[in-house]
Amino acid sequence: MKVISLLSMLILFAGASVAAAPQEFDNPEKQARYDNMLREMRCMVCQNESLAGSPAELAQDLRREVARMIREEKSDAEIRSFLVERYGDYVLYRPPLRAQTLALWVGPFVILLLALAGVAVYLWRRRPGQDEAALDPDEQARLKRLLGEGEAS
Amino acid sequence: MIRAGLPLLILIALAVLLWVGLGLDPDRVPSPLIGKPAPAFELPDLEREGETVTEADISAEGAALFNVWASWCPPCLDEHPLFMELVAREEVPIIGLNYRDQPEAAREWLARHGNPYRRVALDREGRTGIDWGVYGVPETYVVDAEGVIRYKHVGPIDERILENEIMPLVRELRAGESP
Repeated sequence: MKVISLLSMLILFAGASVAAAPQEFDNPEKQARYDNMLREMRCMVCQNESLAGSPAELAQDLRREVARMIREEKSDAEIRSFLVERYGDYVLYRPPLRAQTLALWVGPFVILLLALAGVAVYLWRRRPGQDEAALDPDEQARLKRLLGEGEAS
Repeated sequence: MIRAGLPLLILIALAVLLWVGLGLDPDRVPSPLIGKPAPAFELPDLEREGETVTEADISAEGAALFNVWASWCPPCLDEHPLFMELVAREEVPIIGLNYRDQPEAAREWLARHGNPYRRVALDREGRTGIDWGVYGVPETYVVDAEGVIRYKHVGPIDERILENEIMPLVRELRAGESP
């Protein structure tokens, strides 16, 4: 069973490496732009993979399109908008900052601040001296008596 | 009271959030193409040698369905009987886009299962599919008489989607056209 799963993994990855066969560019700068662009784009078929690594046929087609646009000297912004016009913001791993995506960008920091505030309140309540001060005079007297009894025995 | 209430409140809020999240289908990504003109194409006709199909053919006779399919796609066969039925009722024409397929295999598939399509455009390279934002075959679009995309469904349609979502829109659009 293990051998089979290992074999199937090997076959899967063999397919992936073939699928991501590099496109040829005449200069390394274009190659770098191509590689960066693909890492930032989501494959719509297998949504947790980038265009760079996905063996899906659609990803192959889109890699070809991105390579064509880079050869045609299109800017990164033009290539991004080509994909967003067709597949929506979802195709970007880094979504643009908009009213709709605000929670996505700000949310983690809000949660962090809330957590920090929670810790601060907790520490404030537990600061030394707090417990004694919380006792009214009667209680203080009783505490002293109890402690005194403890010493006596 | 507050000490016990706050964590409980957070727990309930999280539970609701995650429960709603479970019910969402990550394959349903809203298309940016809705409300936009149908992307242009000119592709060979699957059945009529030498002729081409363009985006204007979709809505040439008013609002119509545009269905992306392939002979290699099992879910396409699942929704196929619904299209056959729909065409028999003559309510709405269906134009097909044969996506990344072999023409012979596509013709054979239609010959075996029946052909609900008025025209079928051949998109062998998937280039037109990219312009339409196709990412999960089959996909079904409603295009109105002005050639504007009004609706998109990714994946096979079923009776519920056809009768609750697609046909009410199609009927409304087609009723608006012929006073």
